[in-house]
Amino acid sequence: MATASRDAVIRVKDLIVDLKGHRILDGVTLDVYRGEILGFVGASGAGKSVLTRTIIGLLPKQAGRIEVFGADLDKVEDTAHRAIERRWGILFQQGALFSSLTAGQNVEFPMLEYLDLSPRLTVEMAIAKLEMVGLKPDVYRKYPSELSGGMIKRVALARALALDPEILFLDEPTSGLDPISAHEFDELILTLQQTSGMAVFMVTHDLDSLYTICDRIAVLGDGKIKEAGTMDVMLASEQPWLKAYFHGARARADRQVTAKHLQRS
Amino acid sequence: MTAGTLTVLSGQSSGERLAFAAAGSWTAEHAQALEPLVDAATRPNSPVKSVALDTARIDRLDSFGAWLLERALRTWSAQGCEAKLVGLRDDYRGLFDKIHAGTQKLTPEPPKQNSVIATLESVGITMATVGNDLLLLADMVGALIVALKRVLLHPSTFRLTSMVNHLQRVGWQAVPIILLITVLIGAILAQQGIFHFRKFGADIYVVDMVGVLVLRELGVLIVCIMVAGRSGSSYTAELGAMKMREEIDALRTMGFDPVEVLILPRIIALVIAVPILTLFGSMAALYGGGFVSWLYGGIAPEVFLSRLREAIDVGTFEVGMIKAPFMALVIGLVACVEGLQVEGSAESLGERTTNSVVKSIFLVIVLDGVFAMFFAAIGM
Repeated sequence: MATASRDAVIRVKDLIVDLKGHRILDGVTLDVYRGEILGFVGASGAGKSVLTRTIIGLLPKQAGRIEVFGADLDKVEDTAHRAIERRWGILFQQGALFSSLTAGQNVEFPMLEYLDLSPRLTVEMAIAKLEMVGLKPDVYRKYPSELSGGMIKRVALARALALDPEILFLDEPTSGLDPISAHEFDELILTLQQTSGMAVFMVTHDLDSLYTICDRIAVLGDGKIKEAGTMDVMLASEQPWLKAYFHGARARADRQVTAKHLQRS
Repeated sequence: MTAGTLTVLSGQSSGERLAFAAAGSWTAEHAQALEPLVDAATRPNSPVKSVALDTARIDRLDSFGAWLLERALRTWSAQGCEAKLVGLRDDYRGLFDKIHAGTQKLTPEPPKQNSVIATLESVGITMATVGNDLLLLADMVGALIVALKRVLLHPSTFRLTSMVNHLQRVGWQAVPIILLITVLIGAILAQQGIFHFRKFGADIYVVDMVGVLVLRELGVLIVCIMVAGRSGSSYTAELGAMKMREEIDALRTMGFDPVEVLILPRIIALVIAVPILTLFGSMAALYGGGFVSWLYGGIAPEVFLSRLREAIDVGTFEVGMIKAPFMALVIGLVACVEGLQVEGSAESLGERTTNSVVKSIFLVIVLDGVFAMFFAAIGM
């Protein structure tokens, strides 16, 4: 899946973010291209979530530029900003489903807000989205408290995909899932990405995901992007943290599993 | 997005065959306009036996457009036509297949009941809930007594730190607001009393009224209503949030009794705090009453005090104070029972917190009535 045109949907330049007096991001520069899956890794507490939350506008930045679809987020007006928000979908780590709404209503929520569809079409689309992420239509009437962890993530993914976004942010999508569910979830993201051609920005710790579905990987450390490129670039890197990450005990075990999986399929 | 993009669905019929051509953007933005076109195209048309839907001229397709195409095909199939999609671009094939694979089979909702039966049912459910609430309350009293017995046998297991912490929150930190409210209540009572008693020259009896009313009834009631709204609700919300985040289950699995660890210190703190707050509140109300009597009624403080000494005795004061710990117990029990009934959703937490306040205020007033009958019977 080579990205033919290097058309960047997100451009982050020299981003500086402080949280409670601590400098978390110190000059991050990163591009996300149309139609690619970018895996974003870094040690716990390195600021991966901070970068994601800054791009989607939940955290203020001290300096730097963030461009989404070519528009500088500092300069766009509110209506244009809302139009941009309509074109991205976000899957939060814990799902962040609205607990007082059913799964179906959660998926319908952005549709009702942004589109003016007939009630029949809204319901049909919500069910179609739930089925697209591999859930049974009956989940439509269930409340988040009645769903398992894996199902909550799927419903949250369906909600993130509700408006056919062009960028999908995933915050540790496979954390807390068993390896089989995690693998299924990876496959699901890959198929959905291939069918819709959206860009996926995925914060993850799951080496399996990095090997199997990511086109490119970016590594965050000391508040900067330490390395960005394909898996081969990561494996060839001489930086100590990257060596430990991609060549450590877990990495080897993971790669064997991946290799086995590839042989079988 | 571009306004100029045409979204078109046009059809040509030739005998039993029908050919439709879709063009333009079949995306979420245009779904509103596309749906009526699809509905019109799929209206029953008896002679037609086969339909071909040409999609070669679709520029943009997303899941909304794909579903509308799929819906058209399904409707035609249901009408007994042979329907097929032709000319779909390869890069849309995956998306269309995903949508095509969906079954949309939703188990139908249970039929709506007759409204009379539904009303009767809801009355029945409410009554059963009331009964169940009483059972839960009794259950909690029992669990509390068991925990208390265990703590009395092994005093070292008592969570003194936790109790003192709650005592600070429900007692010490509540003092300013309790004083403020009770001063105002006492002042309003005195003002109203003077205003009406003056008409028949009985100004001085306002002292009797304020004294008896505040010490016997109002002091403790106002304090309890404030405590239910302020501390009862916070108990329910705390325990409810702990229940939602499985903290209570974690305690239980580690071999701790949540009643002993969480609930006993909270309720004991309330039982200690409410009588003290009642004492402060009653004094503040008398002060407020005396102050207004002096400014508005011209009753000098010395006169007020000597009249007060005649009007009330220690018994009046005791009646109010005896009630306080029992009311504290009721507030604490209701708050904890409701907190433990919180389920997964944020809505349930809000509902339980409201219930906790409403029920404890209601029960406090009922209890006050029971005490009134009791004290009347023993002549206090």
